[in-house]
Amino acid sequence: MDTYSWMRELADSWVLLAMFVFFLGVVVWAFRPGSRKDHEESANLIFRNEKTPAGEGLEEAKQ
Amino acid sequence: MWDYVKIVLFGLIALLAAIAANYARDLAYMVHALIIFAVAAGMFIWAVRTTWEEKPAPAVNAEGYMDGVVRYGVVATAFWGVVGFLVGTFIAFQLAFPQLNFHLLGDGIGNFGRLRPLHTSAVIFAFGGNALIATSFYIVQRTSAARLWGGNLAWFVFWGYNLFIVLAATGYLLGATQSKEYAEPEWYVDLWLTLVWVAYLFVFLGTIMTRKEKHIYVANWFFLSFIVTVALLHVVNNLSIPVSIFGSKSVQVFAGVQDAMTQWWYGHNAVGFFLTAGFLGMMYYFVPKQAERPVYSYKLSIIHFWALIFLYIWAGPHHLNYTALPDWASTLGMVFSIVLWMPSWGGMINGLMTLSGAWDKLRTDPIIRMMIVSIGFYGMSTFEGPMMSIRAVNSLSHYTDWTIGHVHSGALGWNGMITFGALYFLVPRLWNRAKLYSLPAVNWHFWLATIGIVLYASSMWVTGIMEGLMWREVDANGFLVNAFADTVSAKFPMYVVRALGGVLYLAGALIMAWNLWMTVRKGEARMPAPAAAVAAE
Repeated sequence: MDTYSWMRELADSWVLLAMFVFFLGVVVWAFRPGSRKDHEESANLIFRNEKTPAGEGLEEAKQ
Repeated sequence: MWDYVKIVLFGLIALLAAIAANYARDLAYMVHALIIFAVAAGMFIWAVRTTWEEKPAPAVNAEGYMDGVVRYGVVATAFWGVVGFLVGTFIAFQLAFPQLNFHLLGDGIGNFGRLRPLHTSAVIFAFGGNALIATSFYIVQRTSAARLWGGNLAWFVFWGYNLFIVLAATGYLLGATQSKEYAEPEWYVDLWLTLVWVAYLFVFLGTIMTRKEKHIYVANWFFLSFIVTVALLHVVNNLSIPVSIFGSKSVQVFAGVQDAMTQWWYGHNAVGFFLTAGFLGMMYYFVPKQAERPVYSYKLSIIHFWALIFLYIWAGPHHLNYTALPDWASTLGMVFSIVLWMPSWGGMINGLMTLSGAWDKLRTDPIIRMMIVSIGFYGMSTFEGPMMSIRAVNSLSHYTDWTIGHVHSGALGWNGMITFGALYFLVPRLWNRAKLYSLPAVNWHFWLATIGIVLYASSMWVTGIMEGLMWREVDANGFLVNAFADTVSAKFPMYVVRALGGVLYLAGALIMAWNLWMTVRKGEARMPAPAAAVAAE
């Protein structure tokens, strides 16, 4: 089989499947139990350290 | 030690550039060699003059955020924005009134063919690119709670990128182009951009890796995917062999349909990752900040990110429907374009719903209004795009002005408006001002820009669909009814309306430039807060 056909078949079978499974994994990971706290923390991190790297809030976040 | 290396390096570059200018085979190459010579010689003299001087203790706070480069980026964004809109408005008038293709400049320098890539590169790469570099540097520092990594490397990125823009722009005017849409710069300019881009990746990644926050905020994921993918696209699409190292002309490595596919894989992902992923990074930071509430759903933003980057990369073939491209490839492009509806609208909903519970801000805050309208235009143009990629629709819309209208509702509406919002957000903070100089001026900008876009998009819908219908109209005997020139003359009124839309948009941008300038010059300083003492450089 020439390289083109081989890569083409690989792309629309195993690689497609692998990417789809990876994507489903991301969705499951995003919705995993207990993720809410992490997500809330991430979503709110933009509201601290606005002026300096060691600004207020960083210490609280670490606790 | 590094000081001596710098002197040698700048001297060598200046010497080599002078030699290159001497042997130059074409005007564009010679002008570029002279520009590089002038820059390197200037740097050489500066390095020689400062090396043996006693260095004053650094007045800047090396621990604080590195905002000097962000300030320069903001100024460059506003400047290139005005330049790009001005050139765009001028070429819109050239299309309506061909007499404006002046021959005064000689050798075609002022004609549409050369000004058009100048316009597209000025707005996408100069305005958009500087906005992306400046905002990504601002955001990655705040969300990582860390200073930019790499010291002066960030300055190299800024100046190197703007040198790329100057080389690209002067090259187009002098006729150096590799004829690839949105990738017109010739081989040595491409090599220079590659170097700058790798430095950009290092600065950005280095900052993320030295972060003091546990999480990598979602905006940084979008910026990172934009930087990585653009590097990949740029390198593959610009694979070419120069005819001579002393000339600007190069020959592409790919040929025929492979070249076309590579070009539109590049072209569509320039839209997908430069104009979408990068600007979504801006959206995910500035909209929550300006609304003073966290993003509507962080889960959705994660799914939005992965779905968008997995799908966008395959959508390029829809630019080549009904060409020599194999049917399967064109179908693939069409299907993935349509599936893209989901992440695009997911992202739009996420941005818009961030305002839920604070919709009254739309009435009182013109900056948030600008951002929300930009998300609205994002939703509209990401609905229109997949629809146009459907082959049946594409057979009508392709090669017509409908495409131009679509691109501009995305670029003026989404990219332009979110960037204006970001600039209004950033300038008071970066220059330590209490607020913008004039909020009514923001309102004026908002309405001028919005009406300008509406005029632009609606006139292009009318002329695009009209043109498509005229091209395919056949009489009872199967002969084409219209000559090409018939469509050209029928389009005249819509071209005038489009150019007027451009005038309004440009006027809005000029008001913004004035407003930002006055904010810096005359705005009240922020209240003497403790933070003011720690001048961020």
